[in-house]
Amino acid sequence: MIPDHLKKSLESRVASAVSAREAAVDVMKELQSHYGWLTDEAVGEAAELLGLSRLQVDELATFYEMIYRRPVGNKVIHVCDSISCWCAGYKAIIGHLQTRLDVEPGGTSADGKFTLIPCCCMGRCGDGPVMSVGADIYDNLTPERVDRILDAERQGKAEASAK
Amino acid sequence: MNQLLFKHNRPDRSVTFAEYCSEGGFEALRKAVSGMSPGEVQQAVIDSGLRGRGGAGFPTGKKWSFVPRDLPGPRWLICNCDEMEPGTYKDRVLLEHNPYSLIEGMTLACYALGVRHAFIFIRRGYEKAAENLTRALAEAKEAGFLGERILGSDISVDLDLHLSAGRYICGEETALINALEGKRPNPRSKPPFPAIKGLWGGPTVVNNVETLANVPAIVANGATWFKGLARNPEGAGTKLFCVSGAVKNRVCVELPIGTTLREIIDGPCGGMLPGKTYKACIPGGASTQFLTAAHLDVPMDYEPVAKVGSRLGSGAIIVFEEGCCLVAATLNLITFFTRESCGWCTPCREGLPFVKEILERIEAGAGEEQDIGILREHVKYLSYSFCAFAPGAMAPLEGLLNHFEDEVREHILKRKCPFKDAPPLTR
Repeated sequence: MIPDHLKKSLESRVASAVSAREAAVDVMKELQSHYGWLTDEAVGEAAELLGLSRLQVDELATFYEMIYRRPVGNKVIHVCDSISCWCAGYKAIIGHLQTRLDVEPGGTSADGKFTLIPCCCMGRCGDGPVMSVGADIYDNLTPERVDRILDAERQGKAEASAK
Repeated sequence: MNQLLFKHNRPDRSVTFAEYCSEGGFEALRKAVSGMSPGEVQQAVIDSGLRGRGGAGFPTGKKWSFVPRDLPGPRWLICNCDEMEPGTYKDRVLLEHNPYSLIEGMTLACYALGVRHAFIFIRRGYEKAAENLTRALAEAKEAGFLGERILGSDISVDLDLHLSAGRYICGEETALINALEGKRPNPRSKPPFPAIKGLWGGPTVVNNVETLANVPAIVANGATWFKGLARNPEGAGTKLFCVSGAVKNRVCVELPIGTTLREIIDGPCGGMLPGKTYKACIPGGASTQFLTAAHLDVPMDYEPVAKVGSRLGSGAIIVFEEGCCLVAATLNLITFFTRESCGWCTPCREGLPFVKEILERIEAGAGEEQDIGILREHVKYLSYSFCAFAPGAMAPLEGLLNHFEDEVREHILKRKCPFKDAPPLTR
C-alpha cells in the first residue's frame, strides 16, 4: 500500500496528463522509488491510477531499462558497455566491480547494497569509462576511483560525481 | 569563427536567462511574432537548407511543410532528446550549457506549425539537462516568451518535459510517439507518417534538439547567412561534433559543417593519444559505417560522407587506433544493437543474435571462410526489418566487410584475434 500523500500526488500527475496513460512512466518511477523495485503490488496500483490493466502496465514495465521488475540492491550500479566506453577500457572497470562486489553482472552484493548491471551508452562518451550509482553519475573511472566511490557510498556520502 | 549553438556557452556553467537575452536571445521570437507570418518562418527554415541533426539528415523545413494545416484538432511538436546513439553526447552538452536556444527554437517552430502544445522527450541519465530546462522554461514563461499570449500576441504555446526510463528505440520517431502516449515503444508502421498522423492521431513533427536550437539564428539572420557558415558549397550551417575514442582530447565542438575529419582530430582533439596512429573511425554514431585513413579529408557534411559510403549521422565521431581490433569493436556495436532490439520484427530480433554469434566465433578464432559470406547476406537480410534500427545496426558490419575484410579473414586463417581483445584503460 502506498501512503495517501503519494497516492494524491500521483493522482494529480495523472489528472494533468493529456491522456491518463501518458503519465505511466512517471507513475512507475515514483512507485519504484517508494518500493525499491516495481513489485506486483505496485503494478496493480499503477494500473488502477492509470486506468490500465495490469498486463498493460507490465508491457511498459518490462520494456524500460530503469524499471526493475525484480528486487534490486539499495542502489543499482549501471556500467556503460557501449563503444566509446569500450574504447576507454570499461572492461577493466566492470571486472573490478565484479571482484569488489563479488557478483556477476545482474547480481546483487551479499550485503544487499548494490546490484551491478551493464547498460548502454549514457551520453558521456567524452568522459568514459562511465557508471552510475543510483542517481549519481561518475566518469573518467579507474579502479582506484571506483574503490573510493564504493567506500563513500557504503558510508552514505557521495564522492564528487560528474557535473 | 561563427558559432550559433555554442555562442552563448560559459566554460563551466549554464548561461543565465539574463545573459542569453543580453546577447540577442529571444530577438528572433520577437521578430517573428511581430513581423513575420508562420509561413514566412517556415520558408526561412526551408531556404536555410537546415537538415535534421539527429542522424537522418532530412531537410527540416520540408518536414514541417508536410503538416496539413486544414485538419481539425490539435497539431503537435516533439523535440527528440532521446540521445542514446552510442558515441553521441552533443545534445546533453548543449542543454547543460544553454537550454534557451532550444526553447526559443521550439516556440518558433510552434508558431510556424500552429502548434499549441509541445513536448521535449528526454532520455534517462540526462537529469541535469532536464533540471536546467525546467528552470529555463519557468524563466521564459515568466518573461512572456512561453505560455498564454506570447509577447502580447494571440499565440500561445505550452512546453512540457517527458522524462523517459531508457531504451534506445525510443529515439525512433514513431516509437517515441508511442512512448509519449504511454504505450509500449515499438515503432509504428509508416505510412501514415507522423506529419499526417502522429501523437494521439494528430499531425506531428519530431525534430532533434540541435535541429530546433538552430532555428532562432536562422530566423534572426536569414537563410543566406546560415548557408554561408558551411565550409563546403553544398553545406549549410554549423554542426556539433562530439568525439570519443583514441584521440587526445575527447571534445564536443561546434564547427562549420564540411570541416574535414583530419581538421577535427588534429585541431580541437589535439591529435591522437600519445603514441597512437589513426586506423579508422565511425563518423556519426553507432549506426554508421567505418571510415578509414583514406577518408580523413572528406568534408563532414551529409552528401560528402554519403558519397564515401557512410553517413554524417549525429556527428558522433568514435576514433580507433592502429592495433585496435575492429572485429571486436564491431562485435561490441552488434551486442549493443542485439540487446536494444525491441523484438517487434523477426529480421531484427532473430538476425542480430545470429550475427553476434558469428562475430563472437570469428573473434574467438573459430570462424570459417564461409562466415564472411553469411555476414554479407545478413547485411542484406536485415534491411527487410520493420524500422530503420536493424539496417542501422548493419552499417558498422558492412563497413567492416567493405574496408577491413582482410582483418576479418586474418582472424579466420590464424584461428585467433591478431590484436588485443579490447583497448585497456588508456587514461
